Amino acid sequence: MEIKLLSEHYDKPEYRSLEGYKKHDGYRVLAKALKMDPKAIVEEVKASGLRGRGGAGFPTGVKWGFLPDNGEPRYLLCNADEGEPGTFKDRLMMERAPHQLIEGMIISAFAIGSKKSYIYIRGEYDDSIRIVREALKEAYSAGFLGQNILGSGFDHDMDVYVGAGAYICGEETGMISSLEGKKGQPKLKPPFPAVKGYLGKPTIVNNVETLAAVIPVVDKGAQAYRQHGTEKSAGTKLFSVSGNVVKPGTYEVALGYPLMDLINNECGGLKPGRKLKAVIPGGSSAPVLTAEECAQANMDYESLAQLGSMLGSGAVIVIDDSNCMVDLLGVIMHFYHHESCGQCTPCREGTGWLNKIVHSVLSGQGRLQDIDLIVRVSEHMMGRTICALSDAAALPAISFVKKFRDEFEFYVREGRSKVKGAAHVEM
Amino acid sequence: MADFQLSAEGVEFVKAELKRYETPLSAVIPCLYRVQKENQGWVSPESVSYLSQLMDIPEAHINEVLSFYTMFNREPVGRHHVQVCCNISCAMNGARELTHHLCKSFDVKEGEVSKDGKLTITRVECLGSCGTAPMMQINDRYYENLSPDSAVKIIKELE
Ligand SMILES: Cc1cc2nc3c(=O)[nH]c(=O)nc-3n(C[C@H](O)[C@H](O)[C@H](O)COP(=O)(O)O)c2cc1C
Ligand code: SF4
Ligand code: FES
Repeated sequence: MEIKLLSEHYDKPEYRSLEGYKKHDGYRVLAKALKMDPKAIVEEVKASGLRGRGGAGFPTGVKWGFLPDNGEPRYLLCNADEGEPGTFKDRLMMERAPHQLIEGMIISAFAIGSKKSYIYIRGEYDDSIRIVREALKEAYSAGFLGQNILGSGFDHDMDVYVGAGAYICGEETGMISSLEGKKGQPKLKPPFPAVKGYLGKPTIVNNVETLAAVIPVVDKGAQAYRQHGTEKSAGTKLFSVSGNVVKPGTYEVALGYPLMDLINNECGGLKPGRKLKAVIPGGSSAPVLTAEECAQANMDYESLAQLGSMLGSGAVIVIDDSNCMVDLLGVIMHFYHHESCGQCTPCREGTGWLNKIVHSVLSGQGRLQDIDLIVRVSEHMMGRTICALSDAAALPAISFVKKFRDEFEFYVREGRSKVKGAAHVEM
Repeated sequence: MADFQLSAEGVEFVKAELKRYETPLSAVIPCLYRVQKENQGWVSPESVSYLSQLMDIPEAHINEVLSFYTMFNREPVGRHHVQVCCNISCAMNGARELTHHLCKSFDVKEGEVSKDGKLTITRVECLGSCGTAPMMQINDRYYENLSPDSAVKIIKELE
């Protein structure tokens, strides 16, 4: 069952405008928050158990607590670069409820004492960019942004920054480099952005959905928020479901919701006559689950970690039995090879090798030892690079080979897919 | 001297962007977009020299930024830049076959400009429209839930 803490009004076109948003209680929580002690808001967010919705699942209040108390200006950056293959929930949020994001950001900025924030939106999202910019104008003229917001004495400015096409700018330090006007290359951590971020100043980077989720937390309190979800995975989450389901789309459910319920109830199940083969539960960087594993999977951080995968950005890619897993791994490896920023040798070379090996199998030139080579190359790419992209390429590769080895062996031996009718399409 | 120039409004835009952010370097991406818009959809070497002087930022830095991001075209493109997502959810829904079908229907090779200058068709990575696959972006606009026929029709109807 869907629980719409955030998405209740997304279907109403009026919700996009300031007037429509206010009609549905919009900016009411901001007024409440501005009367609170900022530290109390941080504590409430900590107590709520809210974890980052962008991919890593780091506890939001804890991250905010890392900001040093040194009097330096602080920046808040909203990560709206949404590039993880399979993910489209942030786009929906910005297009349907731009003021919700803005309200969540002003509350968050007030809590952490930031006078300036940016929403970094991927350049391809032309509609989101236009709609969020329009909403910012409305918010300024209504006095929700600028000087002395609602008479509270709190000043805050917010701007949109438009990316220019690079998955790696979704990685928080890559995004900071990009915003600083440089190539969007990630930087070594530590120092973490909370200590030294944008222009060397303390900076909090949060995903669109995380910042919006601050509103219900501050509104009804941490305990009410925790009524949804599990002990360690509190609240609701928007899942972008795509692939072979009858009704793909974005669905908000409580964390801990069974994966098969999401597929069968919300998404209308698979197409008639098709059988489930696999699911990638958290964007293409998440290891794939077999159909048997799906039956035990709940959509929360712990359950998926226990199955060796991850919740990631909440992008659920449903794969039925008409697909060839070798072919799909080829698509995924092409992506990571294309998106590696090239700074670290294991990532630059590793993604290149993986792409080459999988495609040599797909072209009928593969050797049996190539299958193990995929695993060995992947193992050398993990835990030794500046950012997590290298691991994000290696982990799915290992999972595909280990869980669908028969398909890889068949492809090598026969020079074609084990799945009838699933011819690989060269690009 | 450089044979590219921004319009008067373009120059005003650049000046305003240089003051808009904490560092003038942050203006490079927005200004490159502006140049691309005023230069038939691509950023030429001449326009980089021009921008470098206008912004007082070294050409080498602008080139570094320019080559890092995929949305800047360093070669001429057709009036309509058709970008078909061929990442996983779209690939599972026929996007690669669709790309081939479009190239064949309009007699153009992937990444090249069609003879009449109207089209460039390229394969791109996930555009955040996976629930409505397959999809394509033409210039700024998204077209979703495509079939081979509907995609051809959409492109035919463009000027
Ligand atoms: C390669 C890579 C790509 C990423 N892309 C995104 C993205 O598109 N959007 C996002 O919110 N986080 C992305 N992240 C995660 C960010 O680095 C960061 O953890 C997140 O924005 C923090 O916000 P949160 O705590 O609210 O999730 C990415 C991480 C990596 C390693
Ligand atoms: S791991 Fe890959 S993407 Fe990340 S910084 Fe290194 S080379 Fe760049
Ligand atoms: S996979 Fe094509 S839009 Fe995401």
